Amino acid sequence: MELGPFLNELWIVRYILLEGLWRTVSISLLAIVAGSLLGVLVGLALTYGALPLRWLMRGYTDFIRGTPVLVLVLASYYMLSTIGLQLNPFEAGVLALAVFCSSHVGEMLRGALQAIPRGQTEAAKVIGLTFHQAFIYVLAPQAIRHVLPTWVNTAAEMVKASTLLSIIGVGELLLTTQEIISRTFMSLPFYFFAGALYFVVNYGIERFGKYVERRTTIPS
Amino acid sequence: MGYTLNFDAVWRSFDRLLAGLGLSLMLAIVAIAIGCVIGLVVAFALRSPSGLLRRPAGLYVTVIRNTPILVLVLFTYFALPQLGVRLDKINSFIATLAIYSGAYLAEVFRAGLIAVPPGLREAGLAIGLTEMQIRTSITLPVMLRNVLPALSSTFISLFKDTSLAAAIAVPELTFEARKINVETFRVVETWIVASCLYVATCTVLAALMRRIERRLAILR
Amino acid sequence: MTKLLEIRDLHKRYGATEVLKGVDCDMAKGDVVCVIGSSGSGKTTMLRCINMLEEFQGGTIRINDEEIGYETVGGMRRRKREREIARQRLLTGMAFQQFNLFPHLTALDNVTLGLIKVKKLSRAEARTIAERWLERVGLLARKDHYPGQLSGGQQQRVAIARAIAMNPLLMLFDEVTSALDPELVNEVLQVIKDLARDGMSMLIVTHEMRFAYEVANRVIFMNQGRIGEEGDPREMFVTPKTERLAEFLKTSTFR
Repeated sequence: MELGPFLNELWIVRYILLEGLWRTVSISLLAIVAGSLLGVLVGLALTYGALPLRWLMRGYTDFIRGTPVLVLVLASYYMLSTIGLQLNPFEAGVLALAVFCSSHVGEMLRGALQAIPRGQTEAAKVIGLTFHQAFIYVLAPQAIRHVLPTWVNTAAEMVKASTLLSIIGVGELLLTTQEIISRTFMSLPFYFFAGALYFVVNYGIERFGKYVERRTTIPS
Repeated sequence: MGYTLNFDAVWRSFDRLLAGLGLSLMLAIVAIAIGCVIGLVVAFALRSPSGLLRRPAGLYVTVIRNTPILVLVLFTYFALPQLGVRLDKINSFIATLAIYSGAYLAEVFRAGLIAVPPGLREAGLAIGLTEMQIRTSITLPVMLRNVLPALSSTFISLFKDTSLAAAIAVPELTFEARKINVETFRVVETWIVASCLYVATCTVLAALMRRIERRLAILR
Repeated sequence: MTKLLEIRDLHKRYGATEVLKGVDCDMAKGDVVCVIGSSGSGKTTMLRCINMLEEFQGGTIRINDEEIGYETVGGMRRRKREREIARQRLLTGMAFQQFNLFPHLTALDNVTLGLIKVKKLSRAEARTIAERWLERVGLLARKDHYPGQLSGGQQQRVAIARAIAMNPLLMLFDEVTSALDPELVNEVLQVIKDLARDGMSMLIVTHEMRFAYEVANRVIFMNQGRIGEEGDPREMFVTPKTERLAEFLKTSTFR
């Protein structure tokens, strides 16, 4: 494999690739922000919700987590337009990833909240805090510390899952790469290059997650 | 919103979905079997005092974990033939999934090995066992029981990842669903049924694994 | 008469810190020797050198005149081969502070494992021996229980049976009651006393002063990596010759 022609091609397509990378980043960002907001609601409902709501949310998270992300993406893309919700591939894809993200964040938050010893709530009650105060000053800070490193890694999951949007024709990094390959027939170097870009982004997120973990650990 | 559900067309193709599901399961089982062997070898390499073993093993785990699996799937199927590695669709996908799961399982096994108390090795030494005998009679069985829950969740997520085989036209469940979707236009029904098949399979798998875990659990 | 155990000028370092600074110790067959001393005095380390769970940098350990762990070839001291060391470990048996029972095996299988894998006995032979020893420690009825289903005292008794079933010349006990709840200590000590009555040679690191007083025919007091004082417990405990031992005995409890 000659490197020269590849570098030549790479130079020609540099802006197209950058655009793809940017779309990958924006898909991931939108999905993680929307998904996390939704996920916090899901997590709270799973932990403190009235029984019917809790069951409903359990059904929601179990169903989403039992379905492959690709199926979520395809279903969102094909189904929503059929039932009259007109979304373009980008929107349908982001929606699917956000839903996927929300079920994970919800589970994470529930796990973290329930891992806090009962004594904490009792101690908060004893010093006269209301439930809301106890949640804000005692429970939430502990849960957030616990959840934050894992949450950062969810961002890496989103970047990886964003590749699935190439299948419904969203021009993110992977689809852009495939289009370049179909024109240049240089599948080996371009797949390798795309893989390397993903690696760099995700490895960065992973390191950041480790950093956050070090910072949020409660000294003992 | 004048959409009325009609499952007739999907039921007529239900056997195709089931065949797809069977293939999905087969892909996951073969891949995790190979992945376990890879993961075990890599886990011991990661714990090795020799950097010559530890560093390449660490690199493998880091690279695979930070690369989207879809990129790996496409790379193996479309790019590797340029290096003379030619596999058919199914074998190519199984190889990818095995290498992919190997990295995750290596981490699982490594954590499991760390959790085996060092005193067990000493007790083995004290009754005259060799290092190899300790590894096979004590460390491995204790470690495997420790990691069983993590192993089963890896298997379930691997089963969901088999949906990516659709991207290289392996006729597993997602691929069949998409075909039926396009052929019948019963979009909503198709995806509901496909998701339910995935969710139901995941639930059954999880229940099966829990039974095995209970069987083998170390009583405390 | 050859000595059962002969330790000469034992030196052991962890990096720059020297934990054993020249220890000598002799035991004859049938001796019951208790090693006492404050934590960090090196008593556990000495015990672990005898079965090569710890390497040591100087001195020799001999059991029945066989040099343990190291050999001198052409003037160079070097570690023996792993197989050879594994064989030499069979000269001793060890019970640990944390029991270290194999959690995935029943009490019976914990005892038979070494008999089958190391002594290459048949399953039936191993079972017979294991059942005999489990009966000796009073746990035959619990032979199919897993360690997690046994109390600490019961686990420790199984661990002792596991070690003794291998038929060692010398039993090493490393603070076997330290991890136990007070009410479980006696059942374990009773097992060791029974073994002493049968003439088992034992080297026992312990904090139980009354037990040492009752069971040992010799006590070694270790202090800062050296042997501070040794002798008959009846004399040592009543009239300690060194300030250090007197100080140590004052802070120990006799229960």
